[in-house]
Amino acid sequence: MGTAFTPHAGITARFPELKPALTPQAAMVEANRCLNCFDAPCTAACPTHIDVPRFIKKIASGNVAGSARSILEANVLGGSCARVCPVEVLCEGSCVMHHRAEKPIMIGRLQRYAMDNFYGRGLQIPVRQRPELPLRVACVGGGPASLGCAAELRQAGVQVTVFDKRDLAGGLNTYGVAEYKLRVSESLREIEAIQSMGVEILQREIGLEDFAALEREFDAIFLGVGLGEMHRLRIPGGDAGVMDALDLIAGYKTGEILSVGRTVAVIGCGNTAIDAAVASKRLGADEVHIVYRRGPEEMSAFGFEYEHALQEGVKFLWWRQPIALEAGTLLCAETSINEAGELVVGEMRTQLTAEVVVPAIGQSPLAEWLSSVKGIQFAKGRVVVDRATGATSHAKYFAGGDCVNGGREVVDAVADGKRAARGIAAALGVMEVAHG
Amino acid sequence: MANLKTTFAGIECINPFWLASAPPTNCGEQVMRAFDAGWGGAVWKTIGEPITNVSSRYSSVDWAGQRMMGLNNIELISDRPIEVNLAEIAEVKRRYPKHVVIASLMVESRRDVWHEMVKRAEDAGSDGLELNFGCPHGMSERGMGSAVGQVPEYAQMITEWVKEVARTPVLVKLTPNITDIRLVARAAKQGGADALSAINTINSITGIDLNTFTPRPNVDGKSSHGGYCGPAVKPIALNMVQSVMADPASVLPMSAIGGIGSWRDAAEFLLVGAGTVQVCTAVMHYGYRIVEDMIDGLSQWMDEKGFSTLDDFRGLSLPRVTEWKHLNLNYKIVAQIDESLCIGCDLCHIACWDGAHQCIHTDRVSGPVDGHVEVHRKPMEAVHATMSSIAVTRIPKMDPPAVSQGHYKAPLARIPRVDETECVGCNLCSLVCPVEDCITMKEVPVGLAPETWEERTAKLGIVEQC
Ligand SMILES: Cc1cc2nc3c(=O)[nH]c(=O)nc-3n(C[C@H](O)[C@H](O)[C@H](O)COP(=O)(O)OP(=O)(O)OC[C@H]3O[C@@H](n4cnc5c(N)ncnc54)[C@H](O)[C@@H]3O)c2cc1C
Ligand SMILES: Cc1cc2nc3c(=O)[nH]c(=O)nc-3n(C[C@H](O)[C@H](O)[C@H](O)COP(=O)(O)O)c2cc1C
Ligand code: SF4
Ligand code: SF4
Ligand code: SF4
Repeated sequence: MGTAFTPHAGITARFPELKPALTPQAAMVEANRCLNCFDAPCTAACPTHIDVPRFIKKIASGNVAGSARSILEANVLGGSCARVCPVEVLCEGSCVMHHRAEKPIMIGRLQRYAMDNFYGRGLQIPVRQRPELPLRVACVGGGPASLGCAAELRQAGVQVTVFDKRDLAGGLNTYGVAEYKLRVSESLREIEAIQSMGVEILQREIGLEDFAALEREFDAIFLGVGLGEMHRLRIPGGDAGVMDALDLIAGYKTGEILSVGRTVAVIGCGNTAIDAAVASKRLGADEVHIVYRRGPEEMSAFGFEYEHALQEGVKFLWWRQPIALEAGTLLCAETSINEAGELVVGEMRTQLTAEVVVPAIGQSPLAEWLSSVKGIQFAKGRVVVDRATGATSHAKYFAGGDCVNGGREVVDAVADGKRAARGIAAALGVMEVAHG
Repeated sequence: MANLKTTFAGIECINPFWLASAPPTNCGEQVMRAFDAGWGGAVWKTIGEPITNVSSRYSSVDWAGQRMMGLNNIELISDRPIEVNLAEIAEVKRRYPKHVVIASLMVESRRDVWHEMVKRAEDAGSDGLELNFGCPHGMSERGMGSAVGQVPEYAQMITEWVKEVARTPVLVKLTPNITDIRLVARAAKQGGADALSAINTINSITGIDLNTFTPRPNVDGKSSHGGYCGPAVKPIALNMVQSVMADPASVLPMSAIGGIGSWRDAAEFLLVGAGTVQVCTAVMHYGYRIVEDMIDGLSQWMDEKGFSTLDDFRGLSLPRVTEWKHLNLNYKIVAQIDESLCIGCDLCHIACWDGAHQCIHTDRVSGPVDGHVEVHRKPMEAVHATMSSIAVTRIPKMDPPAVSQGHYKAPLARIPRVDETECVGCNLCSLVCPVEDCITMKEVPVGLAPETWEERTAKLGIVEQC
């Protein structure tokens, strides 16, 4: 599967990096500030358990290549994660510096410093000394979960083939994450590095009918298919002027969408809604509203994402529910919570000019077609797994990432994939791979 | 208000802060700017037959992002003609009559040459002379500097020559590059010195360039051992000054030198008996302006302590330094962690397990017992538990708010506890703890009268052995 992609210069210019790279001097100062905690809480908070003080002190000692290698040992997407992780609620959120009246260590930016240096020097992801095994695993979906699983299996000597239906691999890491955090080209660079570990990546959609063949050909199957389509906005007025948030984001990232309307209304207030709203602003919209049927306390976006949207000039309309769309005008009803704690739609109406309406009201589960894969258990649209091993109720199937956790972050998907790889290796009788 | 005036070996000083003989006292223009900034005195960059210096000349040791924890130099004495230095001394003294100017001297080891030099320096108006018996590089190869300072007989002989003609106080500057600094101090005193200054720089190689394999500083692909100074040498200087001041055969007025950069350092040297202090590296790093807080901070501290003159506290710590055999073996302290200050870095835990006595634990409850010994989770078991734990990104809507982990700022599981029965009171944890006053050492009564090792062995009739 190809990773050939030419970034669109106009998009690159309109989405400059939110957090630019640290200079060597800044990285050194920051790395020296880290206390080198023992059994560090930042490491515990990282879903992939990157040994944070270890990689930071390697930067301080001038061993930047070793620093990157110790990151990759725990998280093969360490370069992406450094840019996209919501560090405020992860590693940096648990840095002891908070208790010491100091700013937390900039773990994400130091991690990026090490990884940029690594890829900038053209270094390869180190593969452990081990025999090549005659075992084959298929990873369905080519997002962070499958990539995390595939890389870990290669470290154990297992042969891995990843199938993804889209033109470019990487899942939402390539098509979903805001461009000012991670560029498409940076996601692809990492995928090339994983391919050179010997992971085969094929562009192919796996349909229900394909699973029987996969089961014959492969010793185990990992499901990393992510979530499905964005939920539809079910209001009168049809689909004219409506653009699904994921399509908008994937479209601009690949250079296929270069502008939206002058006025945009984004429906919903999760992180995806914020990304879509900020992207609309950057694509030239004058007025961008986020319309949410509840108040700021209930939004599912992270606080720092909300702050970012405010800074970009996005406006928020709380306690409004869209009820109809007509010729560039979105009709919204006022909402409130009644005594029973339920959301009720009131009488008051607001009209909002919106050439484009962007629903960002959550992705639907892929359950429909997956649940029929023999006996695999689902709950609330998510694949049910043993969390430590990723094992599903079917002995041959393992799963991880958004399709299991309902939609979290890239680093969670990588961690799921890594645990599943160990689960698969154990199930196939491969010697325990070292912890790290 | 504290009075910082002092008299040193008969020399009136407006304050005890002098610049050491080094680049900051190279020329008159510099010394006058230093006096304007507040320095009370200056020991002129060592005067002698002009030399030729190499470039480069300095190298340093940085530590954890901090520059110049230690400085090294391979510079020689003044590269300017003797008459130029002396003319400038005269000019400075004319314009700053209340400030102290000491001429540092180093010449060939001949009686007539020394006599001549001493007379010229005093004629220029210097308030005293400092004999540089300390320079550890270059000059020593020519039979001067530490070549003199390392041989008590030579040091005594040259001091005697100088004293034959000197009319102003004579300070002998001691080299630390000797097994026992008191041997030369005694010789200087024997020779009639009026005062001492210590220490000069310590022989060193600061580091080696890992690309060129050449030690620093690099002079066209080669280097030479140099003299080390700056913050890193303060403890060594403090010990040497203390040992001289506690030795009746050595003791003389002392101008203390070595790693002094703040009023705190100065106060410490005064507490072990110094009369004045000299500074070089700290000024080379930050400039003359640092003296402002040295004066201000020392005065403030003296006011707080109720000392009105330097003599009120000079030497106060000397009786508190003793030989090990006189320390009380029945004094016991244990570490105590203030949970409300702890940030949960667990550095005390690993320091105690790997570097001390395995008595700070992260398992909050007592473990299983083996005989009378508690069995604790070993450090790596905790790490393995962390590495195999499942952590996820908490999404505000999907996850319930975090359960409170105790009422301290760090989660209870990360606040270590000290097994006081096992703690030997070594201090290590309180030294590594990054939070001020979080770990304190608390005295625990042992119910025994004080007893020193000397007393204990005497009681048992054991003969001292080494
Ligand atoms: C708009 C948006 C912004 C985000 N921003 C961030 C962020 O800033 N930071 C962060 O950490 N996380 C972010 N995330 C979340 C993160 O992208 C996901 O959690 C992560 O990508 C999940 O990885 P995954 O491998 O489980 O699924 P995905 O990334 O969704 O990958 C699944 C892949 O499987 C393929 N696939 C599905 N079905 C089939 C099939 N039948 N055959 C073949 N291939 C198939 C899909 O094409 C897709 O490529 C964001 C998500 C969105 C939607
Ligand atoms: C570059 C340099 C040159 C020095 N030159 C002399 C000198 O000519 N004569 C002398 O007695 N000491 C000389 N010294 C030693 C200092 O006077 C002082 O004893 C030593 O640096 C310790 O003090 P500090 O820690 O404050 O720097 C020199 C030191 C340095 C760094
Ligand atoms: S992967 Fe993400 S959460 Fe983990 S240490 Fe790096 S930036 Fe932090
Ligand atoms: S918690 Fe903060 S200070 Fe401690 S190791 Fe992690 S980054 Fe460093
Ligand atoms: S070193 Fe200090 S702050 Fe760190 S865990 Fe120990 S007591 Fe707490």
